[in-house]
Amino acid sequence: MTIIETVNSPISTSQSSPKRTNALKRINNIVPPLILFGVIIAIWEILSASLSGARKFLLPTPQSVLMQGILSPDAYTEILPSFVRTAALALAGLMVAIILGMIVAALMYRFKWLERASFPYLVALQAVPVLAIAPLMAVVFGYSFTAKGIIVVLIAFFPIPANFLLGLRSVDKGLIDLFRLNKASWWTRFFKLALPNALPQLLTGFRISAGLAVIGAIVGEEFFQAGVPGLGMRLLQYLDQVEYHRLYGALILSSLLGISFYTFFTRLSHRLLRNWHESVQA
Amino acid sequence: MQVATKDQRLMEGSTTKPTLSFRGVNLTFSDGTDALRDINLDISQNEFVSIVGPSGCGKSTLLRVASGLEDASSGALETDHDHLGYVFQDATLLPWRTVSGNVGLLAELRKLPKPEREKKVADALELVGLDKFANYHPRRLSGGMRMRVSLARALTMDPQVFLFDEPFGALDEITRERLNDELTQLFVTRQFAALFVTHSIFEAVYLSTRVVVMSPRPGRIIAEFKIPFAYPRQPEIRFTPQFAEIAGNISEALRKELD
Ligand SMILES: Nc1ncnc2c1ncn2[C@@H]1O[C@H](COP(=O)(O)OP(=O)(O)OP(=O)(O)O)[C@@H](O)[C@H]1O
Ligand SMILES: [Mg+2]
Repeated sequence: MTIIETVNSPISTSQSSPKRTNALKRINNIVPPLILFGVIIAIWEILSASLSGARKFLLPTPQSVLMQGILSPDAYTEILPSFVRTAALALAGLMVAIILGMIVAALMYRFKWLERASFPYLVALQAVPVLAIAPLMAVVFGYSFTAKGIIVVLIAFFPIPANFLLGLRSVDKGLIDLFRLNKASWWTRFFKLALPNALPQLLTGFRISAGLAVIGAIVGEEFFQAGVPGLGMRLLQYLDQVEYHRLYGALILSSLLGISFYTFFTRLSHRLLRNWHESVQA
Repeated sequence: MQVATKDQRLMEGSTTKPTLSFRGVNLTFSDGTDALRDINLDISQNEFVSIVGPSGCGKSTLLRVASGLEDASSGALETDHDHLGYVFQDATLLPWRTVSGNVGLLAELRKLPKPEREKKVADALELVGLDKFANYHPRRLSGGMRMRVSLARALTMDPQVFLFDEPFGALDEITRERLNDELTQLFVTRQFAALFVTHSIFEAVYLSTRVVVMSPRPGRIIAEFKIPFAYPRQPEIRFTPQFAEIAGNISEALRKELD
């Protein structure tokens, strides 16, 4: 124990200098997207200015979208609750997809016959146009959170078991021998070897599914067009009402939702893997 | 140069009970590959036996049988599986665990109480000179250091029998020689029975009390050479005429088998 404690200090001091390079790296990561953001806004501005009078409504200027479409009291009292609603829908669906997907993959890992039996259906599920079954959902569950949630789960599901199973199965043979040599039970092998080994692939699955969940939530809402309004319903509503400021506002919020999901899982992945996986630079 | 005859082996076997013993071991894989044929080999405590042989002749398979990972098709194997160290060609570390987490893995799998585990880890790390790196992840270590971690992990088993499958084959010459010296020192202090597979005749002669030559598949033992140098071995013995002569004889035995 004392040995380990004395070792701690040189390591923690050696980490203070990388801190500065970390800050530099962070600046490097933030500046280019900011510049690009400026460029995009500028192009948007130019485009909307170049539209002739009658077509101007198609692309309002960035400021007017921000001020009238999002920040005006009328707009945000309507759009913010919708944003929260859609975020909750995507998140709930994603969580269910993650939990179910992990259980399914773990079962397939444990029982190979189950994989052989069910994998074709998983693939087929990919091919089914999920929205085609939306009317059925509406009949069974009404225009409820559950009905839309099921659509989200169906759309976001596949990457979780597919990636997780791949990770579980890609354990180094020598390590399996090592565990076998020391009489490790199946559970021990699962929790101490296969599961951590699958973490990188699992996190990749999370990231892909997170994006799909946001898409699934918005598209699901657009399809149902009933029940508590989320971003998807607002998008269609504003289109109908020719409220283009708000339409663009809702679009921006939808993208923000997708970006924040993606960023969250990228950060999580980085945090969990930074010490050991090749995908994260030391 | 001395070739140990069968009688000499039997005589040695009668003085000390072998720690690892193959008796007429044959192994044919389920696909029909004939890997080992009539292997008779006794290794006592305090013996360091190296195996050399052409690629694919069954050396790794021999170690797998010794460890119990693979069952012999016929014949008998005797050894103490609870005090068995096994070092593979790769370090086979868990990349998500720190050095000390990796070294403590086997004690953890065998459910030793935590204080005992920690003591084993600290001792083993000190023995291989990695105590300063206890909190590093394998990714930050050099190939030689990773191999040391692997060695330390095996040492936590207090091995009576120590199996090595070309552990230093992937390392550069200098690192390899240094680890060779550390290994002979370990052998002197710990007095285990070692079975060491290598492609390098020089490494085999330098480390061992005995070198065994295997034939191409199906692997049989075709010659044994006793190595007379005393331990701890001095690096200079590599350049003595006697060393060169023994190495030459082993090389000749190998070549003869290949034509
Ligand atoms: N599980 C298995 N099933 C069938 N054949 C196998 C199996 N494992 C090994 N073999 C074959 O048995 C033979 C001996 O393999 P082994 O790995 O023991 O050779 P080796 O002497 O260690 O070779 P190398 O020097 O290249 O490491 C090879 O021909 C190999 O292809
Ligand atoms: Mg081999």
